[in-house]
Amino acid sequence: MNRFAELLDRLVYEPGRNNKIKLIAAYFRETEDPDRGYALAAMTGALSFKNAKAGMIRALIAERTDPTLFALSYDYVGDLSETVALMWPARDADAPPIDEFPTDLFAPARTPTKALRNDPSPTLAEVVETLSTLGKAQLPAQIARWLDVLDETGRWALLKLVTGALRIGVSARLAKTAAATLGDKEPDEVEILWPGLEPPYAALFAWLEGKGDKPASRDPAPFRPAMLAHAIEDGDLDALDPKDFMAEWKWDGIRVQAVAGRDEHGDLVTRLYSRTGEDISKSFPDLLTSLRQPGAIDGELLILRDGRVQSFNVLQQRLNRKTVTPKLIQEFPAHLRAYDLLADESGDLRDLDFAERRARLEAFVKKLDDRRVDLSPLLPFKTWDELIAARADPARGGAGDDADAVEGVMLKRRDAPYVPGRPKGQWWKWKRDPMVVDAVLMYAQRGHGKRSSFYSDYTFGVWNGDDELVPVGKAYFGFTDEELAEIDRFIRRNTVAKFGPVREVTHEADTGLVFEVAFEGLQQSTRHKSGIAMRFPRINRLRWDKPPREADRLETLEKMMAVTRA
Amino acid sequence: MRPEHILVPTPAGLCSKAGGFHIDPTRPVDKALITHGHSDHARAGHGHVLATQETLDIMRLRYGENFAGSTQAIRYGETVKLGDMAVTFHPAGHVLGSAQIAVERKGMRIVASGDYKDLPDPTCAPFETVACDVFITEATFGLPVFRHHDAEGEIRKLLHSVAVFPERAHLVGAYSLGKAQRVIAMLRAAGYDQTIYLHGAMEKITAYYQARGIDLGPVELVRGAKKAELAGTITICPPTAMSDLWSRRFPDPVLAFASGWMRVRARARQRGVTLPLVISDHADWDGLTKTIQATGCSEVWVTHGEEEALVHWAHMQGLKAKPLAIVGYGDEEEEPSPDSPSKTGVNALSVGEGDAERSEASGEGGTK
Repeated sequence: MNRFAELLDRLVYEPGRNNKIKLIAAYFRETEDPDRGYALAAMTGALSFKNAKAGMIRALIAERTDPTLFALSYDYVGDLSETVALMWPARDADAPPIDEFPTDLFAPARTPTKALRNDPSPTLAEVVETLSTLGKAQLPAQIARWLDVLDETGRWALLKLVTGALRIGVSARLAKTAAATLGDKEPDEVEILWPGLEPPYAALFAWLEGKGDKPASRDPAPFRPAMLAHAIEDGDLDALDPKDFMAEWKWDGIRVQAVAGRDEHGDLVTRLYSRTGEDISKSFPDLLTSLRQPGAIDGELLILRDGRVQSFNVLQQRLNRKTVTPKLIQEFPAHLRAYDLLADESGDLRDLDFAERRARLEAFVKKLDDRRVDLSPLLPFKTWDELIAARADPARGGAGDDADAVEGVMLKRRDAPYVPGRPKGQWWKWKRDPMVVDAVLMYAQRGHGKRSSFYSDYTFGVWNGDDELVPVGKAYFGFTDEELAEIDRFIRRNTVAKFGPVREVTHEADTGLVFEVAFEGLQQSTRHKSGIAMRFPRINRLRWDKPPREADRLETLEKMMAVTRA
Repeated sequence: MRPEHILVPTPAGLCSKAGGFHIDPTRPVDKALITHGHSDHARAGHGHVLATQETLDIMRLRYGENFAGSTQAIRYGETVKLGDMAVTFHPAGHVLGSAQIAVERKGMRIVASGDYKDLPDPTCAPFETVACDVFITEATFGLPVFRHHDAEGEIRKLLHSVAVFPERAHLVGAYSLGKAQRVIAMLRAAGYDQTIYLHGAMEKITAYYQARGIDLGPVELVRGAKKAELAGTITICPPTAMSDLWSRRFPDPVLAFASGWMRVRARARQRGVTLPLVISDHADWDGLTKTIQATGCSEVWVTHGEEEALVHWAHMQGLKAKPLAIVGYGDEEEEPSPDSPSKTGVNALSVGEGDAERSEASGEGGTK
């Protein structure tokens, strides 16, 4: 448990993706089964306990500490679990050190038998196995016993584990990627096996470490790693022949894979996966019932009302909801717009040409005949100019009323097989031009990792009716390293105040830095003083030449928002 | 006799009227007794200074030859008479040369402990419990959430990180007097024998520690090193330097910070630290409370820090207790680093990085 706690402790502070992978992989390498498997389960969200509530934790600490000292401490620390973890009365100071870090990663593996551990603290496996069998009445006493024998970090991690989400900035995909590195495997290989695996994943680790066979995927509805597109850059089209390509709208929803297959009893198993292979079936029960024939559709998840595709803003209101209520389903009906078919009753289709798969898809969707599943239409074009025109005006180019949900066009080679990853020259995405405004830098914050000495996170604002700047967004990319250095220098020289890690940068009518900010859309927000939030904002250009007084005004953004909504 | 007849808090710090001296005065006085060399306790400009040889040497290193009108060195355990007071210096375990000052008059003894810790430190003499009637204590970490008893574990955490990230440099922010040398000595004790690199601001004090016979193994200034050479190495620097332009010379640095403040996550995050190391030269909550009990005192005065909780605790134990609220302590020393913008004249800042550091160390920053 302590080792797992130390890992979580490192992960919450580590911003870099690759560094997180290294930390997790090192943990997997140093830790024996079944602990590491339960850690992988915890990080992929595969564990769920009858959660201990904050009230129970409060009661435990109240029995052990003076209320005034607790109140002063909680006030200082600001987080209940952390305060409890730190204040929990110390165990015997002479107790032996526990779970020491090996500093030589290539040393022989630690002895796996608990009997040899001179350590009273529970292993992660003990915690997980006990929690999943324990009754509610015994929970407080058991947690207290564990807290007694863990150190500060161990107690903190235990409380995180039992009270619910870990929130350590690690996605399931990242944890699986780290596991894959143990055996130099692609994360997609783990992803394909995943639905057939169960915690603590001993067979998976054995295979990754070359000590066992590849676990067989018996899953009747497996995820197939997605094929991705390259962005079209200036001049790319010149090198391509329109005859070789088919085009579709690029829909502004979320990419999903809808899979149905028969298990050994002949029963239909249906699943919805995200682009990265996470099982999101639970969030879209309304769509699952439409998958009535075996096959694997690659498509876009959208919200349709009266046959019209709603904007991403609307879709967002359905995403990330913990509980899916009938009301939510009714107000935000899920829809699948299909653009590829990876398998059907005859088997896997991925080696076929795109044109052939498209034909099968059309037949498949027609046979399915479900109002929740339709085809993403093909765009007719003979020359690039025709496609350029359609992209510039999707409403007239064929998208009609759905034009708001079009974020560009997709180009797919007629003869492209379905290849996982981003193969060169097969699929292209060509987004519509973003919206831009000129905004004034107001606050800056230092970045993380390689950027930790640079002010690289910017809050910018536009002028409101009272000629005051109001923040409208935050961006931390879009500039080159050279530009970052220049902005950083400007910020260091023009700081007017500091609030913790945040610097307020001079933003007067005549002095200040103007950014051309590009973004994909606007939506109303109660979180921002301006009442507006931007989607995907980034710094498009630095306008050193422009005085802040000439930056855009809030009314301009409000008009843009009105246009997008209309 | 009341203890105030021996020592009384004044705006300039603790004062003994009858003895004609101040302890760790925050402004220039005729006669100063100094507990240790950190700049919030040891200031320049006093008429006469009485302190341990190490503290006098450290003040000389920092302020130059003329830091005081005259000086007198005193050994641990040695007693001098000042008026009708007997003054004895005892080890405080805080940094090299740090002392508690016991002042005795007519059978009543007050101990002004300065800053102290009751945990082992390979770079200074261990804390000594001195029985007394009134114990004057700091409370920098005077909340029961501050626990920093496992410095060795934190050093293992650092070495583990170096093993996991051999392609990155590790920067360890540490106060340049005491903490820096302690971290180096602890790395050596843990078996780390590679060259440890130093920020320029650490050079003089570290050389002084070595001259006093403290073995720190191979240390080198980082100034001359090339970026690629710094992969897999450890560099000790002032905490402020980690967010400075200075840190750009390191390959993808892991930012570690050795401080008792790192116990609280919001503090560590606020600093952009990726590897917090809970290592402190101050007593933690357990250390403060155990020490107070061990002195057998009947009264506790709290100079600075989180005094409210500690005074409350003392009352619960049936002790008399009061905060002194002396202004000026707790600004743990921090020199501007040589490469920082404030020194190169790019300074249009109303508040420098160094000030952020000070308010941080004094507990005024952020998380409350």
